[in-house]
Amino acid sequence: MSDITHDHHDHRPSGWKRWAYSTNHKDIGTMYLVLSMVAAIIGGAASILMRAELHEPGIQFITDPQFYNVLVTAHGFIMVFFVVMPALIGGFGNWFIPLMIGTPDMAFPRMNNVSFWLVAAALILLVIAGFIDGGAGTGWTVYPPLSSADYHPGMAVDFGILALHLAGASSILGAINFITTIINMRAPGMTFHRMPLFIWAMLLTAFLLLLAIPVLAGALTMLLTDRNFGTAFFAPDGGGDPVLWQHLFWFFGHPEVYIMILPAFGIISEIVSTFSKKPIFGYLGMAYAMTSIGVVGFVVWAHHMYTMGFNVETRAYFTLATMVIAVPTGIKIFSWLATMWGGSIKFDTPMLYSMGFIFLFVVGGVTGVTLANAGVDMAFHDTYFVVAHFHYVLSISALFSMYAGFYYWLGKMSGKRYPEWLGRLQFWVTFVGVNLLFFPQHFAGMAGMPRRIIDYPDAYAGWNMVSSWGAYVSAVGGILFFVVLYKTLTSNVKADANEWGVGATTLEWTVDSPAPFHTHEVTPNVAPEPAE
Amino acid sequence: MKKNSNLLSKIYQKFSSLVSLSVASICLLWTQVSHAAEPTPWQWYFQSPATPVMEQIIEFHNLMFFVEVGIVLLVLGLMVYIVVKFNSKANPEPTKTTHNTALEVLWTVIPIVILIVFAVPSMKLLFFMEKAQNPEMTLKVTGNQWYWSYQYPDNGNFEFDSNIIPDEDIKPGQRRLLEVDNQVVLPVNTEIKVLLTARDVMHNWAVPAFGIKMDTIPGRINETWVKVTKIGTYYGQCSELCGVAHSRMPIAVKVVSKEDFKKWLKKAKSEFASSDDNEVLKLAQFKKSK
Ligand code: HEM
Ligand SMILES: [Cu+2]
Ligand SMILES: [Cu+2]
Repeated sequence: MSDITHDHHDHRPSGWKRWAYSTNHKDIGTMYLVLSMVAAIIGGAASILMRAELHEPGIQFITDPQFYNVLVTAHGFIMVFFVVMPALIGGFGNWFIPLMIGTPDMAFPRMNNVSFWLVAAALILLVIAGFIDGGAGTGWTVYPPLSSADYHPGMAVDFGILALHLAGASSILGAINFITTIINMRAPGMTFHRMPLFIWAMLLTAFLLLLAIPVLAGALTMLLTDRNFGTAFFAPDGGGDPVLWQHLFWFFGHPEVYIMILPAFGIISEIVSTFSKKPIFGYLGMAYAMTSIGVVGFVVWAHHMYTMGFNVETRAYFTLATMVIAVPTGIKIFSWLATMWGGSIKFDTPMLYSMGFIFLFVVGGVTGVTLANAGVDMAFHDTYFVVAHFHYVLSISALFSMYAGFYYWLGKMSGKRYPEWLGRLQFWVTFVGVNLLFFPQHFAGMAGMPRRIIDYPDAYAGWNMVSSWGAYVSAVGGILFFVVLYKTLTSNVKADANEWGVGATTLEWTVDSPAPFHTHEVTPNVAPEPAE
Repeated sequence: MKKNSNLLSKIYQKFSSLVSLSVASICLLWTQVSHAAEPTPWQWYFQSPATPVMEQIIEFHNLMFFVEVGIVLLVLGLMVYIVVKFNSKANPEPTKTTHNTALEVLWTVIPIVILIVFAVPSMKLLFFMEKAQNPEMTLKVTGNQWYWSYQYPDNGNFEFDSNIIPDEDIKPGQRRLLEVDNQVVLPVNTEIKVLLTARDVMHNWAVPAFGIKMDTIPGRINETWVKVTKIGTYYGQCSELCGVAHSRMPIAVKVVSKEDFKKWLKKAKSEFASSDDNEVLKLAQFKKSK
């Protein structure tokens, strides 16, 4: 297939212009991935600082509690908006949507460039927000009145708002680009019901972004005018209501968690199918399970607000609606297992990470069912149980899908094969680390330990110490990842065009490794053989 | 056919008795081990309940807990089986199965059934927690940066503040970060309506042993209720990020007999000026500081 690519067409600009002015989906994808790694170092450092502070009861080294709150906030924002989203959506989305649907590039290449640079600017603004005027210590939920001008004077919160505005604008542009590309530019024969599940996931994610981000943008603007121009949308003394913010934030915030996990579903589906050497089990069920998760995800937001004083009927509704999501989620888990069932599986690093993902996601999923119940949530809300829950089901699951996708596609992106044993070692270190890190937090939370605190009653010391050790082990896993990356990029072990064998049936494996600057210049035809 | 269903029901009975037995023994274990209404080192389960609400929360949670542990173990077991049986060495030829309607229906329907089994007690619990039946008195809780104020509207309307005892003043035997100067005092076995609000930012009044966790929001008054069935002192912490000293605004509730409560009221009324005077005082201070 590599004869399709014409190298003489490759008049790519060189030097910094190649990157700064890039309209190439692969280069932009690479820039997103690099940005994600840079942000991961910042956000990861913040989390290690927090865990080191929480290693023992009492204040260790963060003498200003506001700084702890700033770390919590910065860590949450950076991980969500600048690590997970850029890697899964901007990075893998840009790289592999065109490759997998058989088109040369995204629909709007220049808009793609704008999307990236907006995120880069947003990251800078957000980091600045952490350092000026005492920083923003509001938590990633930015609840007023704590985030209002009375309690966070200074410009930190305003910088944070602007950062999110830019990141949001970038996401909306990216979503338009993805939707247009996927709907209009698929190779002939690739009907909706024959798209790879990764493409399904990215399409749904783009729709969620398009519908959820504007709500966040509106809320942020209202907060900005409350803070600076004397409006009182969220200020009770001006006739406003702090609870309005919570509704707006979580109307965005709950879909946001699916924005992070749907792409992960897509990646895991591709990898599980490839390594089992089997087509995905229950393909349509998988696609429509994701669709229904996306749709129902818009009507469950107030399960984050069970303690704010709703009337009981509202809480009953949100409890029942939230529980509904467990059904399509179960379908996904069992379909992955059924895909593996009867397979001939090679447990290379991407597959290890995928199995790790399934385990973590199930553990976080069942605690999610617990938390869905407004009655029981009285015992759990805002405790470390919730921190454990969302890191399992979302944060670390998403991280595992990023690692999985990286190992899976590194050969395609770089043309080099990563050292397998080092990859597996990196997996095991990380897997042990994150479980040591987050499992004990269930216990601390059940015993009553609140989240977002710099210091805790001495009785919680035991589990917190274990958790902190887990964080250090996870950090070693993170460092090992960069070692793998360095070793791979500097090695001379070439990756084959299709390094995973007969199971890898999607179109990106039909082009060379590394994927040439321009691909699919001749549109592949994927119409089914007449025999079928 | 008959025989079959008999066998099934026997297995079911065995299983359910096993589950309830283990639930019961674990319940026993933790109520006996930790009678304290405060966290204990290496504690991994709930604090022992002191209200009917918390008892029901725990009971309902146990139902879910066992099913959920079962689900995790099932998935883990299947994964181990897959690793052993379907690795490329053990199984060089993959099957081509991509559909099994019966299986797909099953793993859709069984979760639905489980969720319905959860939803019924969940709704019962929720509606039970909602409102006191016959509240005999009212406690008003106000969150402030960074202390709590308590007010007894139908017992003379006096109000007092409850501040953390700083680390350096903690005496041996006292609990760091949980102990306050003025504990809020409540009578045992009394249905108490709790009204909650805040003066500055949001806080959250939470006492794990009571199964209470309610946001205090400026401009709003929230309502919940509590009926403590055991005399003792109960500890909790603010559970909504409220700024710099969020980790330093504990809640300590002293639950006493009804007689002791009456005695305490008398003392407290004279000790803490009525809240009306307080307001005047506060206004004066406010004006002065302006
Ligand atoms: C593996 C390394 C990680 C460690 C050690 C870690 C640790 C922590 C810690 C200590 C907190 C603060 C808990 C508190 O004081 O309440 C936290 C909160 C949080 N983490 Fe992580 N985390 C990690 C990875 C991630 C990832 C990958 C994400 C991606 C989404 C993430 C998202 C969040 C969010 C959204 C919060 C809540 C922030 C808030 O309360 O406003 N974390 N994490
Ligand atoms: Cu949610
Ligand atoms: Cu607080």
